[in-house]
Amino acid sequence: MNSVNAPPKYRTGAVDMTHGGGGRATAELIEDLFHRHLKNPILDQRHDAAVFDVPPGRLVMSTDAHVISPLFFPGGDIGSLSVHGTLNDIAMAGARPLSLTASFILEEGFPLADLERIVMSMARAAQEAGVPVVSGDTKVVEKGKGDGVFITTAGVGVLPDGVSISPSAARPGQVVLLSGSIGDHGVAILSKRENLEFETEILSDSAALHSLVADMIAAVPGIAVLRDPTRGGLATALNEIAHASGVGVTLEEDAIPVGPDVEGACELLGLDPLYVANEGKLICICAAADADLLLEIMRAHPLGRLSAKVGKIVEDADRMVVMQTGFGGSRVVDWLSGEQLPRIC
Amino acid sequence: MKYIREFRDGGLARKLAAAISREADPDRHYNLMEFCGGHTHAIFRYGVQDLVPANVEYVHGPGCPVCVLPVRRLDDAVELALKEGVILTTYGDMMRVPGTKQKSLIRARAEGADIRMVYSTQDALNVARDNPDRQVVFFAIGFETTTPPTAVAILQAQAEGLTNFTVFCNHVLTPPAIAHIVNAPFEPGEKPVRIDGFLGPSHVSSVIGWAPYEPAAREFKKPVVIAGFEPLDVMQSTLMLIRQINKGRHVVENQYTRVVTREGNRKAQSLVAQVLELRRTFEWRGLGYVPDSALRIRDTYAAFDAEKRFTVSPKDSREVKSCECPAILRGVKKPTECKLFGTVCTPDNPMGACMVSSEGACAAYWTYGRKRGAAIPAKGAAA
Repeated sequence: MNSVNAPPKYRTGAVDMTHGGGGRATAELIEDLFHRHLKNPILDQRHDAAVFDVPPGRLVMSTDAHVISPLFFPGGDIGSLSVHGTLNDIAMAGARPLSLTASFILEEGFPLADLERIVMSMARAAQEAGVPVVSGDTKVVEKGKGDGVFITTAGVGVLPDGVSISPSAARPGQVVLLSGSIGDHGVAILSKRENLEFETEILSDSAALHSLVADMIAAVPGIAVLRDPTRGGLATALNEIAHASGVGVTLEEDAIPVGPDVEGACELLGLDPLYVANEGKLICICAAADADLLLEIMRAHPLGRLSAKVGKIVEDADRMVVMQTGFGGSRVVDWLSGEQLPRIC
Repeated sequence: MKYIREFRDGGLARKLAAAISREADPDRHYNLMEFCGGHTHAIFRYGVQDLVPANVEYVHGPGCPVCVLPVRRLDDAVELALKEGVILTTYGDMMRVPGTKQKSLIRARAEGADIRMVYSTQDALNVARDNPDRQVVFFAIGFETTTPPTAVAILQAQAEGLTNFTVFCNHVLTPPAIAHIVNAPFEPGEKPVRIDGFLGPSHVSSVIGWAPYEPAAREFKKPVVIAGFEPLDVMQSTLMLIRQINKGRHVVENQYTRVVTREGNRKAQSLVAQVLELRRTFEWRGLGYVPDSALRIRDTYAAFDAEKRFTVSPKDSREVKSCECPAILRGVKKPTECKLFGTVCTPDNPMGACMVSSEGACAAYWTYGRKRGAAIPAKGAAA
């Protein structure tokens, strides 16, 4: 990909309505910013629709809208997040992502230099993931009708034969694995929110998980459930799985990794890390006999070093998630109610 | 996390649990009221009830600031928020509390009111500084813990000459509420609950000290143990209460010695006294009108009093019929004895304040306590 910056006018200018008008200004913006940085052979065909070959297997498709505030945060920005978000949705089906599309809704007055920074970050994330952005669209809305930039990405992937991963496949006796510490993304965002700023070194965990998933599936094709615990955190993701599968989940509080900074920030702000968002973690539910092998594979991957067995699937007609507390008691871990932290992705 | 983990140690918890089992008389029942929502939250979040014998029971008190605010004052806040040019700043817990006809601040915001969640009075002051052409009202709620920051904010606003900042003051006081609970007449048909002792407020007491509870302990012959909010604090305080009850003693003891002194925080007390004064009476949800139980802004600082800057219309404020929040706040009913609990009233659709705040008894029961013998109809099974 080309890392040369766009012409000088993009360093000081701002988005105006002509950038979305479909005329020369639109074409220039697409050429100078989007094509320059996201360059790849399929995008270079300059079709409105990307045309590409598909390897054998079932197709997987997903889309994700990103409205995060602030746009830039420790450990990432809306550009990298919008790539990781959709790649992870595809990876959680067990699929290998092939290509992405991106739609931008820009607000009049948004600095072009910020837009370039976002597009470059997106290009870097796509390159690192090995998945090209093959098609895109740009619209501009009047000042006050948006919030800087919203990005919707969509992606397609291909699912190898013999893999059947589904949120409704959890069964009593299986175990729950988690690929690392929880709460980093939500706390990193919170630390930069207006009126809430606090000093912390916490970085968002935003990352593309498909290579971790590929390693896991290569070792254990029979994984039952994969899920990335994003909005609503680990608690909400497990409740969704319990509900879809008609089972209960028992968690061990002491087994769940939480970084000391995240624990401290949550303590101060009255948040429960179980409900705080992640953007680079996954939950894996598998047969108890496969757990040790999977943990070994996960811990060998850079994105899974702190992987741990955090719980098990049990029979429960009420489909509840119950946690054994480190203190010696037990509590129900319910769905998230209301908004704990709006606009975190 | 250092200095926190130590107070959540499972090994120590088991030792304390064994001591409580040893000392609790199996032939009697101990009803211990934890005054504060912070205690309620800790009891449920860590499963403390699982660790104590069945004849030691926690009765949840009214110490949840969001829960005791009467509907009328919430309706007034909604009206203030909807006034032209006003920004209402509020602690997040208040957003979802339903007012009359289920109108909450979050619904007012959807209707166009400018309502902003803040974590401190300093954030509210920042909103006022950043919006000089708007009127910024801080919706002040809470017990003695949150009162000093409100007083300081008013003093800061005065020092800076901030003319667009006012406070809608709803601060309430703990000792009168404790006396009222022990003394209050029960509603017809209510089964009185005998309270054997109180787990006393922790953060409130860091400000006011533990001396103010002495008259109530003496007069009503009920032991009070000032208890920290960590689960081991709650268990140790439980043991201290059981020992007092067994010996027939009724004094104020302080378990939370790492924070609370007999005199409290004198500096904070004097700042509060400078800016705020007693209201002769104030309405509490659940307790009704309680004399000398709340604070208002002194006339000297009238320029910062939202009740003087704005007029609010008289209204016919009503709670949801058959919501048992009032009885639950007095400790005479459990959340599971409310017809609405878990049927129409859930955290996603709260009918009363006790289901909203994480410190509310209903929310705590719902979130953490359901597997503990509380028969709750499954979602969708409501009549």
